[in-house]
Amino acid sequence: MNSSVNLSELEFMAKRIRGRVVEMSHKARAPHLGSSLSCVDILVAVYWAAMSIDPANPCDVNRDRCILSKGHAASALYAALAFRGFFPEDYLDSYVQSGGSLAEHPLPRCAPGVEAATGSLGHGLSIGLGMALAGRIQKANYRVFVVMSDGECNEGSVWEAALLAAARGADNVIAIIDYNKWQATGRSEEVMALRPLKQKWEAFGWSAYELDGHDLHALVNTLDKLPDGTGKPAVVIAHTVKGKGVSFMEDDNNWHYRIPSADEVGKAKRELGLS
Amino acid sequence: MRNAFAEELGRLAAEDPRIVLLSGDIGNRLFNDFKERFPDRFLNCGVAEANMIGVAAGMALSGLLPVTYTIASFNTVRCLEQIRVDVCYHNLPVIIVGVGAGLAYSEGGATHHSCEDIALLRALPNMSVVCPGDVWEVRGALKAAFDLGTPVYIRLGKKNEPVVHREMPQFSIGKGITIRPGNDVCLLSTGNMLPVVVEAAEELARAGVSAQVVSCHTVKPLDTALLAEAFAKFTTVLTVEEHSIIGGLGASVAQWLSSGPRRRARLCCVSTPDSFVHQAGSHQYMRERFGLTAAGIADKALKFHLGGEECECEDENRSCGIE
Repeated sequence: MNSSVNLSELEFMAKRIRGRVVEMSHKARAPHLGSSLSCVDILVAVYWAAMSIDPANPCDVNRDRCILSKGHAASALYAALAFRGFFPEDYLDSYVQSGGSLAEHPLPRCAPGVEAATGSLGHGLSIGLGMALAGRIQKANYRVFVVMSDGECNEGSVWEAALLAAARGADNVIAIIDYNKWQATGRSEEVMALRPLKQKWEAFGWSAYELDGHDLHALVNTLDKLPDGTGKPAVVIAHTVKGKGVSFMEDDNNWHYRIPSADEVGKAKRELGLS
Repeated sequence: MRNAFAEELGRLAAEDPRIVLLSGDIGNRLFNDFKERFPDRFLNCGVAEANMIGVAAGMALSGLLPVTYTIASFNTVRCLEQIRVDVCYHNLPVIIVGVGAGLAYSEGGATHHSCEDIALLRALPNMSVVCPGDVWEVRGALKAAFDLGTPVYIRLGKKNEPVVHREMPQFSIGKGITIRPGNDVCLLSTGNMLPVVVEAAEELARAGVSAQVVSCHTVKPLDTALLAEAFAKFTTVLTVEEHSIIGGLGASVAQWLSSGPRRRARLCCVSTPDSFVHQAGSHQYMRERFGLTAAGIADKALKFHLGGEECECEDENRSCGIE
């Protein structure tokens, strides 16, 4: 593991982001809180440990890229980018405010660090693959991380991208699946037959890793060794809990759409040790 | 047109290392030269058009100038959401090239026809829609599309179309080209109908009617200055396109006409009908069915101009026996 990474700092950062995301959902009356909470640790591992980035120079051509393909979790991305220093924290107050740039799903070029507009599922992996292939053409040595959801794997375009990435040996693409076992209306396994997810990706020619998506140590360690030298693109299947970090939201799919009350925000922040 | 496209693309790619070509598993021999000269900049994306557009967008976001190429219907309708979100929403310099637009793949059946593509792509913000009339316009359109730096759809015919221009015309996206001056009627052509429309003008001349021919190669943005002039000078203006009556050049001009001041000329739209073709047949056979021939266009122009008849597009479509 990268010695400059301090795990307890990362854990605290994850709590701060979760607290902020709960507040943002309450204030903006914006849904998808459960989806945002489930990918926070992934984003922390990516933005604080895995990526080679300089928030002061967000357009550096050699930077690593990250696309939040599950665009409905934008609040977590915005909070992560703000805390990582891409833009001032008070910018988060404009989340879903009329006339602002921070919509429920990221708009194109809406803030420094947002690489692509997403919101319609199944687009991010193709765009990320295009960025990765462009990097090769331009002889640049960056990696592209694409954070996806398990429900997103319903989309056929995901598997089109998977096939092409493997055919081109695009090992500078790293997909991370926030596998929280839910999609909007039900268990992801019941809506579409996702299992066995790891074997599916392997059968598509990818290097597949499976881990606990809330174990920052595992996330940081695994992402640190990618690409893994096999010449294959890599997917990290991160087992997560929807609503993670707030006991009364965990694994309760009502929080796909539910908005927390002021009392619930207070309770969540106390649980997170933030007040 | 496709050979001219491939040649011109190779020429431009030699000048600009940012140009990349993405193909939807088509054009194997067509792009041999390109592949040999620029092996790193050719990507066969397989039969997966949605992903191809997303990949192109990702490349454009990283500073490249991608061109996607496959059969028009597959490069537009199949991946419309990727074009809308990945390309147009980000306003990226991606050029989408559809080959065999209209009825050029007539033998293939309606899966391979593309008579709705102008309508669909014209509705997308930031998208320009360019339908070159001959090989020279293909070359001009490609160069102009790279210079534009925003999304462009280039709608090609297929191959061996008659050449209209003698040399490279002054080509600007959004500026029609007057091919032949005239005094009585004005024929506005888009795409591969251009040589047929020129022939129609010759037929009209033999009938004593002087027809102006304009290549309206750009359907979006419309050349409104040219339209204003034509609708003031003439009493009869026809639009001609190998595309549905819904949403193409005719519909674009009609919308422009309806929202402006009263104009002198009346508009008649020659197009394909709002229906699928349920019969096999050659390109020429299908054009004849829909009156998209020199004789058909001249006949319609004459009736409309001299007889003052109503433009009976819908009735004629029904008389073709189309379901």
